[in-house]
Order: sequence, then C-alpha cells, then structure tokens
Amino acid sequence: MIPPKNILEHIRHIQNRAYTCVDLTIYYLERIKEHNQQLNAFVQVYADSALQQARELDDHIKQNKPLKRLHGVVIGIKDLIAYQKHPLTAASKILEGHYAPFTATALQKLIDEGAIIIGSQNCDEFGMGNSNRNSIYGPVKNFLDQTKTSGGSSGGSAVAVSAQLCMVSLGTDTGGSVRQPADFTGIYGFKPSYGRVSRYGLVAYASSFDQIGVLANDLYDIALVLEIMAGRDPHDDTSSPLVVDSYSKELTLENTHTKKYKIAYFDSIFNYKYLESGIKKNVLETIDTLRTLGHTVEAVPFDYLDYIVPIYYILTTAEASSNLARYDGIRFGYRATANTLKEQYTKTRTEGFGWEVKKRLMLGKFVLSSQYLDNYYLRSLKIRQLLLTATTDIFAQYDAIIMPTVPMHAWDIEGHKKNIEQDYLSDIFTVYANLVGIPAMSIPLYRHKENNMPFGLQIMTASFNESLLVQFANYILKTVQKQ
Amino acid sequence: MSTHVDQKSTLLSHDNNILYDTVIGLEIHAQLKTNTKLFSGDILAFASEPNTAISPIVLGYPGTLPQLNKATIELALKIGLGCHATIPSVSYFERKHYFYPDLPKGYQITQNKYPIIQGGWIDIKTPTGLKKIELDHIHLEEDAGKAIHDLDPQHSYIDFNRAGAPLLEMVTKPCLSSELEVANFISAYQKLLRWLSVSDADLEKGMLRCDVNISVKRTTTEQLGTRVELKNLNSIRNIKKAISVERQRMIDILKQGGVIEQETRGFDAQKDMTFSLREKELAHDYCYFPEPDIPPVQITNAWVEQVAKQLPTLPEQRQLYYTHTLLLTDYQAELLCDNQSIGNYFEIAIQYTKHHQPLANWMIGPIKEWLNQHKIDSFEECPVAPHILANLINLEESKKITHDVAIKHILPLLLNSTAESPTQIAERLNLFQENNEEELEQWVRDVLATMPDKVAEFKKGKLGLIGLFVGAVKKKSNGKADPQKIVQIVEQVLSSTK
Repeated sequence: MIPPKNILEHIRHIQNRAYTCVDLTIYYLERIKEHNQQLNAFVQVYADSALQQARELDDHIKQNKPLKRLHGVVIGIKDLIAYQKHPLTAASKILEGHYAPFTATALQKLIDEGAIIIGSQNCDEFGMGNSNRNSIYGPVKNFLDQTKTSGGSSGGSAVAVSAQLCMVSLGTDTGGSVRQPADFTGIYGFKPSYGRVSRYGLVAYASSFDQIGVLANDLYDIALVLEIMAGRDPHDDTSSPLVVDSYSKELTLENTHTKKYKIAYFDSIFNYKYLESGIKKNVLETIDTLRTLGHTVEAVPFDYLDYIVPIYYILTTAEASSNLARYDGIRFGYRATANTLKEQYTKTRTEGFGWEVKKRLMLGKFVLSSQYLDNYYLRSLKIRQLLLTATTDIFAQYDAIIMPTVPMHAWDIEGHKKNIEQDYLSDIFTVYANLVGIPAMSIPLYRHKENNMPFGLQIMTASFNESLLVQFANYILKTVQKQ
Repeated sequence: MSTHVDQKSTLLSHDNNILYDTVIGLEIHAQLKTNTKLFSGDILAFASEPNTAISPIVLGYPGTLPQLNKATIELALKIGLGCHATIPSVSYFERKHYFYPDLPKGYQITQNKYPIIQGGWIDIKTPTGLKKIELDHIHLEEDAGKAIHDLDPQHSYIDFNRAGAPLLEMVTKPCLSSELEVANFISAYQKLLRWLSVSDADLEKGMLRCDVNISVKRTTTEQLGTRVELKNLNSIRNIKKAISVERQRMIDILKQGGVIEQETRGFDAQKDMTFSLREKELAHDYCYFPEPDIPPVQITNAWVEQVAKQLPTLPEQRQLYYTHTLLLTDYQAELLCDNQSIGNYFEIAIQYTKHHQPLANWMIGPIKEWLNQHKIDSFEECPVAPHILANLINLEESKKITHDVAIKHILPLLLNSTAESPTQIAERLNLFQENNEEELEQWVRDVLATMPDKVAEFKKGKLGLIGLFVGAVKKKSNGKADPQKIVQIVEQVLSSTK
C-alpha cells in the first residue's frame, strides 16, 4: 500500500473505495511496529481505539453518509495534548500514570471531522527543550539519519510524519517546538497566531506563548487541519472570536499567483554569529529569486535580535514556574512517599521533574521574586511590548517576513555538547513569532550540501492573517522552488 | 441630611498621662451569590458530600484553563455602585503563588494591582452621628478548598467543593477606631451585600470572613503603630472581643517599653486572648504576576449603566424617603430598610393604603412577631399578602372595625392563610363596629346589673373602676364596640342612675 500524498488524495481514495479506513490504520500501525523501536517517536500507540474509530468511519461509508472532512485521516498527537481516557504525561515522570479526563478542544474538532488518533508522541518534558533529549522516554532519532537529533520539543511528532508513521501530527509550539523539528526532519511545521487555536487541553508550559501547531508532509494538510481546529472556544478566554477563513481553498485559487508580494527580512539575522553559511546562502538565494520574480524584498532594521532570546527565557520560565506549581503529588500523577507535607512536596517535585524543567522552574521563580521582578520580568514585558509595536509597524508595510527557521542544521544525538548559551540561542529565529503572537511556518525547501539533511525557510505574516501565510507558502512552492 | 463626623475613641491607659488611639482597617471576604464557580461552570454546592462539586478545572488538571464567570463581574459592579466607588475601565487578574494542599493550582487567581472596584465609602452610625468609612478597594478572587486535619491522627483530608468559589474581598482604609464602629461597619456592609443580592453574608456560615488589622498609637502623634492582623474571627461578638483584648495587649507592651511585632494572630474565645499564628507562608514571596489565561477585563460605561439601572434603591436612600416624605420615625424607617424582603413588602403595601404609620407599626409589631415565632426570616414568606394587610389597616383606620377585632379576630385567620379578605371575614363574623347606641346602652345596663357592688363603690368615688366596666362591655360586644363610645355611655348610664 502506498500512503496518500495528502488529505485531498486520501479523501479521493476513500471515495473511490481504493482502501478503507481500517486498511489505512493498519498500514500506519504496521509502519509504527516496524520503525518505532528505533525512532522512539511514539510513546503510546492506541491500536484498539484507532481501529474502533476506523471501523465506525467505514460503517459510515457503507451507509452512504457524506464523508467528513478528515474522514479516516490518521493523526498522532504530542504527549502534551489531552485525549480523554488516554495517557497524558508531558514526557515527565511527574505525570506517571495520568490519564486525561477530557479531550483538548482542537483535537475534539478533528475527531468530530473523522480524524483517527493513532497514538501519543515523544517530546521534551513539558515542551522544554529543542533536541527531544529532556524526555522520560529518551531521545527521538531523526528518520533521515538516525545519528541526528529530531529537534524538539515536538521531536516525536515531526519524526512520525517524516517517517510516514501517521499522516499529520499535532505538536505544540512555545518558542519553535513545531517549526524547528519540522526544519530538521524535512516537513512542514506551522504555528498559528496566538489565540487562533484553543489551548484548552494543551498542557501549559508558558501560557502567553503556547499554541497547538500542525506538522505534515504537505501544505494542503496544514491548511485543512488548521481551518478545522481554529476558532473561538468558550473554554479558552484567550481564544480569538475572529472568523476563520477556509485556508485550504486558498491553495486552489489561481489568481493568487499573480500577486506581487512585499516582503521584509532582518539584516541582523543574516549577520548572526551562529548562522551557518550554507543556510544563509540558500535563504539569500530565495530572496534573490523573489526579487527576480518582481516582488519587493527589503531589509528592515531590527534592533531587538540580542534581546529576544533573553526575554523569551525570562518570560517563559516565569510562566512555567507558575503553570507547573500544580504538580505537587496531591491530586494526580507521581507522588513520592514522605512523612511530612513539606517533604512530600520536595521529594515529589525533585524526583518527578527532569533537570531541564527544574532549571527553568528555578529561573522562573527567580525572575518573579519581588526582589528581581522589576529588573527581569517587568523589563522583559516592556521589551515584548516594543517588539510588538515594531512588528505591527513592519506589517503595516509588508505582507510577510522571511528568515531561516534554525541557524544550524540538525546536530548529532551523541557527543553533541553545546554550552547553555549556544543551546538557547539556537531558538533565536523561532521565538520571535511566539513573543509577538504572529503565525509562522517552516517550509522544507532546502538540503545541506555536506550531508543532504533537509532544512526550511520560515515565513511569517501579521496576526490572524493565516490566509496570506498559506497563499504565500503556496506561491513559494509553486513558483520559487521551481526557479 | 446626614452629617459626617470624624470620631476618635480615645482610650486612657493605666499609665495615667498617655492617651492611645486605636486604628483599625478591615479585610472582609464575602462569598458571592452565584450558581457557578468563578472560573468554571461547576455548580456551587458547599453543603454537599466532600469532593462532589468539582471538575478537572477546579482541580487544576493538566490542560485546563480558567473561564471567567461574567455574572461575578456584575455582582462586583453592583456592590461597587452601592458603595459609591469608582469603577476602572480595565481591571485584571493576577496569580498569587504558595503551596498548600487545598490550593489546587499552586496559585490563587486574585486581583492585585488593578482591582475591579476602587475607593468608595459606607456610612455607619456612631454615637455622635454618621461616619464615612472609606474603602481602599474591592476585588474578586477564587476561594481555596478545605484541609481537614482532625478526622484522622495519621492523615489530612481535603475537600475541594469550595475551591474556585467566587469571593469578593473588600479592604477598608485604616479609618475605624473602635470595636463599636467595626461592628456597625460589618453590619452595614452585610446589609448592603444582602440588599443587593450580592452575598448571603452569613458570618457564622463562613460566607463572610473578616480579618482585622489593628494598631495603636499615641494620640499626640500621626505616626501609625505596628499593625497586627487578627484572623479567623467568626462572629461580630468575637471580633469585638478580639479587638478589645488585642488593643489592651498592645498598650501593655508599649507601657512596658516593649516593641509590637508585626504578625498574624488568632483569637481564643474561651481564654479571651489572642495568640500568634506564626504561619510560615506569611513570610512567603507570592511572586504575583498577571494571569496570562484571562485577558484584562474591560468594563464599558454602557455596562456600568446597565447594572446601575437594575440596581434597587439603596437602603439609605429609601430610609430618607420614609422619614422625610412618609414621615415615619427613624426607628421605623431603619427596620423597614433592614432587608429587601421587609422593604419590598412595605413598598407593595403602601400602594394599597395611605396609612403609612399604622402599616409600619403592624409590620414591625404583630406581623414580625408572628414570623419570628414561626422562625420565618423573610417577609416574602409571610402568609398575609401586603395588599391584604393594607385592607385590614384601611378597615381599622376608617373605624369600620376596632383594633381589637383586627388583631384578635381577623389577623389570626389571615395568618392561617384564609382565602377570605378582611372585609369578607368581618361581614361573615359580623365584626363591624357596633354604633347602634340603643344596643350599646342595653349592653352597658346588662353589665352594670351584674356588678352592683362595684357600681356602689364607683359612686362612692372609686372612679378608676370605669376601666373594669368598659372592659366588660367590650367583652360582651365581642370587641365590636368602639371603646370611646362605651366610656361615654357608661358615664351617661352611671350618672343617670342614683
């Protein structure tokens, strides 16, 4: 069996009875059986409930009912997204044995449209990391080269798509956790505008940054899944009431290809000290091509590059230290045995959290403490506000911003030693979109000359202009890539 | 109009020459009267089985988010308007962090820098007139669950039913100066909360919780002393006692040249003393920061106006109307404005009778007495409808029936939920006042004939016996005879007989 190229093709196959939903589910279950032991992408495989869903969807077809929009699309979910009666552990010992008592709103919308949930995927603990090393389940291996990292924190979700263990994955993106692993594994990774998709059922890392994102092998799948799961949710007061467009339709519009885009890029990014020359060269070539095609591509001043990683880590660790205070062993998850209340708290959290999480919780507590609040947290909020204003100004003049997704290519799992500064700085191109809440996508456009590993181009548009983002991505695929 | 007086209770210490002032500020938590919790759709049910009024949201399960309950905002606006406060156009929630097993998320969602209500005042009675007690602010926050430590020697239990319940915290400026003022303030605030249906505000049931910040200072200085917070006071009586003993404790320390420690203290009602609570988390850094899961709350003028329109006339305004326009006494007016149910009863009844004074007396007197006897709190449950009572009063005031008949013969039937109106009852039982002089005279003669000894004594000068004769005639007439008329005829008959 050859898996469908995208959901459009899949729906056609289902319509033509080329295969059944059960056939397709079994196909992916077999792929998982074959590859997951090495890759470590899935931490739970829901064979029984997935096949049950598939049978119901097949019955639906037998009764000649109209097909649902995701009829039989096989989806994997990051272990940070709640799926009722299924395990939810955030790749952490502290949620050992925890089952979700409800389903995330975004996921429920997909299920209602016929998506089959095949399993939960490995990630960095609570989404904190960029190599999928900070997981109680161990690292994820890159399908394209098993000595290379999957990236993170949605490492399992990216590799599952890249290795055809499922059609689409839901990841979460707080500072690049969908886009960076997509870049490393040669697939599409998309983070919606903050507020576009409900966060209800997403295990919080940093509430004002987190969004559920999509990882897929095809742009159409990204667009369709997004338009189904987006929209206002009464369970999430930060979800936007703005109307959700039909993003997948944008891809079939012919006239979009005549549009002349105004595109901005930041000069400072191309002078960034850790940016690999190969990546720089490829993205600059794309800029040239766009110009050749008659688009305006201009460098805009951006003075905040040195600030974005520090303020990202100050604000996200502050929110994380608060969001993770609930893991105390009292109501759910792991509980250490102890004789006193204080000892129970200390032992539970010391034994339950991994090193990276503990480091970030301590950082967060520090920047929120009354003594340092002004110097760190409040000052970072001010810079975030400046950044937001600067971004609004840019989008008043430009349709999109482009830059590389990651300054370096996928590193080795073993023997990889970066200092903490370099490690955190590798998020530099992705955290920007989360700081200002704009939508961003990594498109798999390039290959490294040395090792043929893939990497991506990152494009961004103004908040809630996902339509334009999808159009522009489509244009790049259809036109620029072919130049 | 009322006058505002600045009143200080100045206390003479035992050390004869030094005078001390007491400075008190209050923090009052009121449980809001809503159907659901502050940040979830869970039904509020405090009295139910432990851990039944809960949900993943209340328990802080991974992936849950708070959803602000708009009804609580409206209740806060109501009390804000009732306290003449400013309503800022934007307010927001913050997280206050500490670890305790009854606090599910490891933080409480509360308001800190930008509360929903700012400023405002409440008037209280003092022996020298009204005093304006200024409020610092009022804010919304969620309640914690309840940790229970005395059920088992080995374990503690937690009941999360209360967790997430909406609380309104009101903070006064440090402008109260005696336990009497504190008691009057709490009563006034309690009355307002109930009047506006914001809270049932029962101290004993924990619906109202009052913390007292108290300090003493020499009268001669403006400099405030070190303050102590008194917590866990569950009745006005205990609050008054706690203030009194704490003030004395502080003055004694100062007299002996000691230093007052800033701390939180509890009150032991049995031993009549305060004691240090030494809660460790008090030294805690709460690490406040804006709640990212709830966008800032925008309060438009239109919203405030809409709430203001629905607001009932405030008790103080209504009281003024009763005393100035309806010419009731202060005492009557105050009682009729004690709560919505008695107030509304009166408001309806006055549409059916112009006899406001008698109406007030009937309500405060026999009706309230009957309700009390039957343990009925609310005039809403009074078996006599307001227009029926008005009918009864109109009959009496137009001299169609006597007061005696009204109270002894008709009211009991009405309280027994009869379907008949007072007029119908009076007709059926033939209770209309007897004005036929011939018949009255016959009754008088009959009565006097039964007691010739007394008549003789009367004639010898024991004039007080007239009361006995009148009473006997009244009884014979079944209360139907007008007492004044009886007196007249008795006198006539006695003077005409030798």
